[in-house]
Amino acid sequence: MSENMKAVPLPRRYFTPAVIVIAAIAVVGLLFVLARLIFGIGAVTNLSNEFPWGIWIGIDVAAGVALAAGGFTTAALGHIMHKEEYHLITRPALLTAMLGYTFVAAGVGIDLGRYYYIWHPIIMWNGNSALFEVGMCVMIYLTVLYIEFLPIVTERFIGRVNLPGFLKKFNNSIDKLLRILDKGLDKTMFIFIIAGVVLSCLHQSSLGTLMIIAGEKMHPLWQTPVLPLLFLLSAMSVGFPMVIFESYLTSKSFNLKPETHIMSNLGSMVAPLLGIYLSFKIGDMVIRQTFVYLTEFNTASIMFVIEIVIGIVVPLRLFLSPQIQKSPLGLSIAAFLVIFGVFLNRVNSFIVAYTPPYIFENYFPSIGEIFVTAGFIALEILLFRAFVMIFPIVSVPQHSGTKAKFSIRSV
Amino acid sequence: MVDESRRKFLKTTALVGAGITGLSTKTVKAGPKNILDENRMGVLVDTTVCIGCRKCEWACKTAHDLPTQPLDTYEDRSVFEKMRRPDDKALTVVNEYAARETEQFPLNVKVQCMHCDRPACVSACIVGAISKEENGSVIWDTDKCIGCRYCMVACPFQIPAFEFEKAWHPEIRKCDFCFERTKEGKLPACVEICPMEVLTYGTRKSLIERAHQKISLYPDRYVNHVYGQYEVGGTSWLYLASRDFAELQFPKLGTNPAPGVSEAIQHGIFAYFVPPIALYALLGGVMWINKKKAESNKDKEVHHE
Ligand code: SF4
Ligand code: SF4
Ligand code: SF4
Repeated sequence: MSENMKAVPLPRRYFTPAVIVIAAIAVVGLLFVLARLIFGIGAVTNLSNEFPWGIWIGIDVAAGVALAAGGFTTAALGHIMHKEEYHLITRPALLTAMLGYTFVAAGVGIDLGRYYYIWHPIIMWNGNSALFEVGMCVMIYLTVLYIEFLPIVTERFIGRVNLPGFLKKFNNSIDKLLRILDKGLDKTMFIFIIAGVVLSCLHQSSLGTLMIIAGEKMHPLWQTPVLPLLFLLSAMSVGFPMVIFESYLTSKSFNLKPETHIMSNLGSMVAPLLGIYLSFKIGDMVIRQTFVYLTEFNTASIMFVIEIVIGIVVPLRLFLSPQIQKSPLGLSIAAFLVIFGVFLNRVNSFIVAYTPPYIFENYFPSIGEIFVTAGFIALEILLFRAFVMIFPIVSVPQHSGTKAKFSIRSV
Repeated sequence: MVDESRRKFLKTTALVGAGITGLSTKTVKAGPKNILDENRMGVLVDTTVCIGCRKCEWACKTAHDLPTQPLDTYEDRSVFEKMRRPDDKALTVVNEYAARETEQFPLNVKVQCMHCDRPACVSACIVGAISKEENGSVIWDTDKCIGCRYCMVACPFQIPAFEFEKAWHPEIRKCDFCFERTKEGKLPACVEICPMEVLTYGTRKSLIERAHQKISLYPDRYVNHVYGQYEVGGTSWLYLASRDFAELQFPKLGTNPAPGVSEAIQHGIFAYFVPPIALYALLGGVMWINKKKAESNKDKEVHHE
């Protein structure tokens, strides 16, 4: 079946009513980014000396990194376990990861008080700092993702370099260059693929280490020395749900048949991963006896219960049900719940759980913060749509059955 | 053929590994200075003699070129109605706690950076912009800081403050133990101005001795607790008080250094980069085996045909 599937650019009209709404959100978000650059962090956000980190770190960075886990999990499945049938989904997953991490970097960029010093960690090292490790890994991984994406670019343009006017004479040499690049990449790609998986494991877990140093300032329901492990396990279990959910959305918005077979195969792998995550989460709670905090009725305990029940237990049950396994809609709902659960976990860990000793005013994100976060997500969706239309990302059934890697120049 | 591709594969894997190891030795060495000087300095704050004149606040601002009202405005005691915290405009503040029935005077407590012996802020800072100096001061380097505010997340005393309203080159502000003054042999500004000798500047060792002497001489006057002697692994600033420190809003902290667990995990995951390289090699091996398997399956299929 996958034999005659082929990744191709999907030519469609770019703007639909939904896309226009999303674009509007992106524009407002960018305006707030501009305001932050001109008037400073204090003018746009509700951050304070009590709450130095808000949703730009909790959502844009922490949740963003976790939800981009589809990239390394599918790379591990498709390339390292070498399951050919999953090759169709590695490209969309790779694109999501690439865009996701790009916006993680953008999120860090605007949150940094001195964004123009963002390169400092490259030469000023502090091996004791979890943040240093996260920063370096994310920087290298982002580069790796761009490299992994290059073959898709070469595939798109080889044999089709068609520069206008006087640049025409370069067409041939550029084409040759692309072919050399493509060959080189083809031979060395495995280095980057493995590196990508290793780097992901490292910084997904270090993102958990990040909050350990906050010590007593972090609510005991979340503060635990096994945070790095929990972060890694949850990232692993949210990878496939992200791919399932996205493939469903893509098929809906481009009017394609959903990949039910692959989706349900992926779905069958989610339950064990979620199960492991859940058992560690519960085990940690039992060992540290933090369940006593659940008897208190407050934001922390409510959020914790929602995170566990709606974000882990319910989707776990759904993924185990045979009916759900067969229905793309059911799978996407279950997948969405996992995504919600991990998203909430990051928000909880970085924002809800953070209770400094002296609080004058509780933190709630400002309009500006919310719009910037929403704007970045909107931009990501817009870019995803554009990339899918320009580059061969999404696989569709082919009738001609050409197996050649480079398609013939279209006149 | 198979052998050759395998050899090439392993060689590349090894090379990448070696490259990362090369980096690792540097990382380990580049850590912040962790050696504590025997004779590092500190300040003993005897809150029982503080009268809340807030002259230290004025002196601190003046010594750090921060805008301030004239000294006589500091006599206004209405500021004590609200608890205040040090921020980017005041590196130290004095708070007041009402007298209990048996007591004649309210209690005043001066707050500033504790200059921890194992500072969480130093461990956390992504670029190593904060350092523990030989004389005990924990100071911040404006040339390195990128404004990530992780030091603020890390500090157990909630001390570092950030200039949120500045769009360009905001700073992290906190008490620097008057590093520039003590370098020239001067006293910290707050210590120098204090009229009641609440603040004693000396080596941390001698201050701890002195604190315990005071406690044993006047057991009725002090609770038997030198705050900062053991908290988060010890701090350069030490406090004496006549009641439980929790009542004076000092955070209740354990004796383990604040960065302890985090650094241990960090170094566990990165022990000379062995775990990441091992993972790399493992994944490389798995990938190679799976690829060979897939290829030989294909070969078989061909033969069948
Ligand atoms: S009190 Fe906070 S800012 Fe001061 S040295 Fe300790 S950790 Fe750093
Ligand atoms: S804000 Fe500056 S001093 Fe604080 S951790 Fe970040 S880089 Fe270091
Ligand atoms: S030691 Fe210097 S910087 Fe620190 S509170 Fe006293 S005067 Fe201010």
